[in-house]
Amino acid sequence: MDLHSHEFQSRARTALHDTSLQQALDQARDGFVAKRAAQVAELSEFEALREAAAQLKDHILEHLDDYLERYETAVNAAGGHVHWARDDAEARRIILDICARVDARTVTKGKSMVSEEIGLNEALIEAGLKVVETDLGEYIIQLAGEAPSHIIAPAVHKTREQVADLFEAAHGGPRRTEISDLVDAARQALRGRYFEADVGITGGNFLIAETGSSLIVTNEGNGDLTQTLARVHIVTAGIERVVPTLHDATLFLRLLARSATGQETETYTTVSTGPRRLDDLDGPEEYHVVLVDNGRSRMLAGPFRAMLRCIRCGACMNHCPVYGAIGGHAYGWVYPGPMGSVLTPLIKGLDLAYDLPNACTLNGRCASVCPVKIPLPDLLRQLRHAQFTQAITPRRQRGALAAWRVVATRPWLYHALERVVARILARLGARTGRLRRVPGAHGWTLGRDLPTPAARTFLECWHHEREKS
Amino acid sequence: MRAARDEILATIRQSLGRGPLEPDATAVLAARMAAPPQHPRPAFEEDLTTRTIRKLESRSATVARVADWTDVPRAAEQFRTENGIEPRVVIGAGLAALAWPSHWSWHSGPAAPDAVLSVTPAFAAIAETGTLMLVASPDSPTTHNFVPEHQIVVLKVEQIVRHFEDAWWCRQQTGAGLPRVVNLVSGPSRTADIEQTIQLGAHGPRRLHVILVG
Ligand code: SF4
Repeated sequence: MDLHSHEFQSRARTALHDTSLQQALDQARDGFVAKRAAQVAELSEFEALREAAAQLKDHILEHLDDYLERYETAVNAAGGHVHWARDDAEARRIILDICARVDARTVTKGKSMVSEEIGLNEALIEAGLKVVETDLGEYIIQLAGEAPSHIIAPAVHKTREQVADLFEAAHGGPRRTEISDLVDAARQALRGRYFEADVGITGGNFLIAETGSSLIVTNEGNGDLTQTLARVHIVTAGIERVVPTLHDATLFLRLLARSATGQETETYTTVSTGPRRLDDLDGPEEYHVVLVDNGRSRMLAGPFRAMLRCIRCGACMNHCPVYGAIGGHAYGWVYPGPMGSVLTPLIKGLDLAYDLPNACTLNGRCASVCPVKIPLPDLLRQLRHAQFTQAITPRRQRGALAAWRVVATRPWLYHALERVVARILARLGARTGRLRRVPGAHGWTLGRDLPTPAARTFLECWHHEREKS
Repeated sequence: MRAARDEILATIRQSLGRGPLEPDATAVLAARMAAPPQHPRPAFEEDLTTRTIRKLESRSATVARVADWTDVPRAAEQFRTENGIEPRVVIGAGLAALAWPSHWSWHSGPAAPDAVLSVTPAFAAIAETGTLMLVASPDSPTTHNFVPEHQIVVLKVEQIVRHFEDAWWCRQQTGAGLPRVVNLVSGPSRTADIEQTIQLGAHGPRRLHVILVG
């Protein structure tokens, strides 16, 4: 998928004025937050699980090379194949080669964010393959020719009316708007596709080193139909997805559904190990795993290692006020919201995704819900710092920041200026009690007024009161 | 291919500031694999069977309890007629010996698109979340769990365990390690991809009915 993160500001502005999008976001926001909160309240062990999960992830990352080698050995022992891809282009080539070797014509896909990351669909279509997304949300956006706007609810930005239009165009009339009819229409349209697929591609929520298994979690069952009915099953996953044992995977599973969709457990959790066995009646003839690095091994080195703990639950974006206002497309790449604002600059370049780490109020809500305790606001601040030291921050902002430092590190100067500014603003807004425009804060007052501040600063009042008593 | 693998592993080690792990360090990891540490588990007092039924029903599955193995076909037929389901059935070979109604058209092969109902033997159930564990074998092909519109799972009370950890022993079941597929199923197929509204029967079974024996 092409990178559009440099268009963040204009995309965000468009999003704020898109009424359908705002309607869809309103609907989603509260649901996710309330359902997760209810699950967390039900489980007294939740905090202990978070702590254990963060520690376990750190242990895995510390020994990532060893666990990956163990995983590879176990996959081979089960009759599967592991392929290693340094970057997106290599991952695409590996998958295209497999498709060509088995004479594939139709490819079905379960939801996989890594396949979005490596731009797989475009490459498959260019190679003449028919690609069918089977997750309902992914199917909707495939029909719309759009990218996912959320990592677990890809079509969260679409209203039912929009889905109705898309389905009418794709399946023929009559146009239906009942959700049950729409879900049914997708079910009927996709049934046959599963059976005719040559290759089925899924993601992998976890890769189990002990058994050489891949584990997927879905509510719809589409991932299972995809991987069971195709002749060849290909799993795409980032290298950080490996966990030592099934016991360890269980720890993450207890957190994943609760954090993601606010369910105690998702409907289907599936552990797959290798291709069809001798006495099996169904299942794929070949089983492949494509391990994608794409910058992750380098991320291990620096202060951003904690980002590799991410289990892609989406809780951070569900709780993010910025994501809640503009939706996922404004972020301009595969991963939106707080986790995307960290990952996109790290994978694609600090300069090409300049705005993302800066479009954050550092309110900390994301970190407080992250099931693996990633300190997202700290990482965003570190990215800003890196942008500054690498001179990526624009000259005007650097100047402003330098001036701010001069003032903020000299309390006498700070307070003197504060007194002056407070008096000026108080006079300007004395009549109406609010300021429609503030010099130097044009962007901020574009969408709202500033209440007129008191003429005297807090410190002045404080000193005054002290003298009185 | 080898080159990519070696380069990725080398970069990981470089980032971690070390070379390949020393033998004693790998031995520690091997020991951890053999006996993984215990992670926190949700504690509960509720009786395992009650909890399993309650959780399954909370996610729109239905449960019928019968006293004996031989009662299963009758309970299955009742579910079928009550819901007006056509008797085109796939039955896991593990259950083929039961006396199925003579008007059913059924077989034990993989499920094709014309199969409307499946009857599947459970391997275990986990009371923690009320989740069925179904494992792939000639007795229970994976297509039975996803292709038919409706599924009946036959579970024995003594197959219910407390936590997921207690169920993972299935990996020791066969000499070959884990069964090829382990399906943990917690209800009928569902989606909330359109306006966050839950809708059953997205791609997998619309109805999930559990016949609990014992
Ligand atoms: S950063 Fe944390 S909250 Fe966000 S998707 Fe990853 S695991 Fe979930």
